[in-house]
Amino acid sequence: MWSAALPTEGNAMGRTLAEKVWDDHVVRRAEGEPDLLFIDLHLLHEVTSPQAFDGLRKAGRAVRRTDLTIATEDHNTPTLDIDKPIADPVSRVQLETLRKNCADFGVRLHPLGDVEQGVVHVVGPQLGLTQPGTTVVCGDSHTSTHGAFGALAFGIGTSQVEHVLATQTLPMAPFRTMAVTVNGELPEDVTAKDLILAVIARIGTGGGQGYVIEYRGEAIEKLSMEARMTICNMSIEAGARAGMIAPDETTFAYVQGREHAPRGADWDEAVAYWKTLHTDQDAAFDHEVVIEASELAPFVTWGTNPGQGAPLSHAVPDPASFEDASERYAAEKALDYMGLRAGQPLREVAVDTVFVGSCTNGRIEDLRSAASVLQGRTVADGVRMLVVPGSVRVALQAVEEGLDAVFTAAGAEWRHAGCSMCLGMNPDQLQPGERAASTSNRNFEGRQGKGGRTHLVSPQVAAATAVLGHLASPADLADVREPAAV
Amino acid sequence: MEAFTTHTGRAVPLRRSNVDTDQIIPAHWLKKVTRDGFEDGLFEAWRKDPEFVLNQSAHQGGTVLVAGPDFGTGSSREHAVWALQNYGFKAVVSSRFADIFRGNSLKNGLLTVVLPQETVEELWRLAEADPATEVTVDLVRRKVLAPGVDADFELDENARWRLLEGLDDISLTLKNEEAIAEFESSRAAFKPRTTAA
Repeated sequence: MWSAALPTEGNAMGRTLAEKVWDDHVVRRAEGEPDLLFIDLHLLHEVTSPQAFDGLRKAGRAVRRTDLTIATEDHNTPTLDIDKPIADPVSRVQLETLRKNCADFGVRLHPLGDVEQGVVHVVGPQLGLTQPGTTVVCGDSHTSTHGAFGALAFGIGTSQVEHVLATQTLPMAPFRTMAVTVNGELPEDVTAKDLILAVIARIGTGGGQGYVIEYRGEAIEKLSMEARMTICNMSIEAGARAGMIAPDETTFAYVQGREHAPRGADWDEAVAYWKTLHTDQDAAFDHEVVIEASELAPFVTWGTNPGQGAPLSHAVPDPASFEDASERYAAEKALDYMGLRAGQPLREVAVDTVFVGSCTNGRIEDLRSAASVLQGRTVADGVRMLVVPGSVRVALQAVEEGLDAVFTAAGAEWRHAGCSMCLGMNPDQLQPGERAASTSNRNFEGRQGKGGRTHLVSPQVAAATAVLGHLASPADLADVREPAAV
Repeated sequence: MEAFTTHTGRAVPLRRSNVDTDQIIPAHWLKKVTRDGFEDGLFEAWRKDPEFVLNQSAHQGGTVLVAGPDFGTGSSREHAVWALQNYGFKAVVSSRFADIFRGNSLKNGLLTVVLPQETVEELWRLAEADPATEVTVDLVRRKVLAPGVDADFELDENARWRLLEGLDDISLTLKNEEAIAEFESSRAAFKPRTTAA
């Protein structure tokens, strides 16, 4: 277990990527105490910060490093009529509280209406603030997203948010290391979302508990930064502390030129450092999982936790097929909640709603992927499709590329940026009994609205599902494109 | 933080695995900007079922929640811990907790106790057979005691000490002001800043 002991001089054993980044941030290490780590970047949003700022006020403390802190509004923000006052008074108070806190404590804020506003995990990378080898925290479990850059990025609770605001450090318990190696090439119709859903189904929602997962292997190296973010984003759904991918030329190219990326001599120095951030040949992981990319297929969830998933070509499993009593009981409860029966082909599951967006799949490549499937096709009768860009910048880019027109021509709703239906804190919610194919990250009971039922899918599967009205992949659409649009 | 030494109270059996924080406290409750007033939101959806354990009169007033594996998965919302505490729970027992939830609980003085699943099931049987059964969670001796149950549990010494003393993490960290300042002075110039580039 890392950081359990003081470093040993002359130890020949190599280190993993996670251990290197951790070591470079140790402010204080003492026997029998958690390491005190320095935090390079602290992201804030309106939901998990108000009680932390209150704590600072009560103790008479300031924000130690406003220059390493940034806030945006995402969870509560409406995706329609954003120029009007927010209808829900409780949401409005929470946003106003963030605005007051940021003003009082001198924290940079991108509020609703600002061109840099968006889902916090889309905004950080977009601004070039998320960089290799940094430590990133946010009062949000999907902070693991930033690990795609080779950053060590953790979701934290509100007490820890207050701790970082006051000290720019966090005492962190030691972690274990896990390698998830994906060999070979992903089949053409398999996306990063399918891959991570398959990983979670394999190791379980608690399989990553206590671990920092490093995703590696040929299939990972070939992924774009946005696809890597999708994978690291969902590390938390496997229970992992964080997910990471070693930075490479793809990473450097993504960061270079962004607003907060290093420039000139700083850039050269940074890249020289970033190139050292990979797991050494002789380093050992505490646990290893190997996956053959060629065996993967479009993947969807059937249950009420992200580990309850299967290839789209399969049927809803029979709870009796689970050997573990607790898993069997969980599967029974899940089928009951989801209104599914064992043996029902997943492709026959009809949906009412399709949601494309979130910190998992709300970036420009995700929108392009969904739009390419929808081009020249229409959303099935009785299906509502919401497309919610992850940030204002993503929305502007999509408009420039004409993607918004593809969505609206198909009959989908093109909305403003935010977390939206991923968790339904704003008006975008499922009604009781409604079923959604969603590109978000959690299929928990009621997550997208009380009584709502969620199937987690990739943007491609979401779009194909919208066209056919039941769970489907683009391969199922071969004969439904209108000839005039080809 | 309130100190935790030992607590004796009735066990509430929650026979569910993967109790995610969206179940513990649904998202619409997260709009509140205080740390209190979350008790009515605790397990809000499940409490609509009259059979749910918290609705059974025999289990009213229980203070030790005994749950299935992977308790507290999902969202980092500390509101989940506040909701359990606001409702009256002092400790939660499970064979496995999600990391962020566990960290949050220990920072608020809600003791999360990891016991083997067999022991969890024994506690479920005891509490279901006689809801008045009392369970003692003793942090001093690191033991859970109930009729016929004498189980040791692990908690790292540093976390235990902070709970026993009810220490404030921020004050402890600020004793390292010199080390923090020294670290800051040696950070590379290329590291990102959120202020004007």
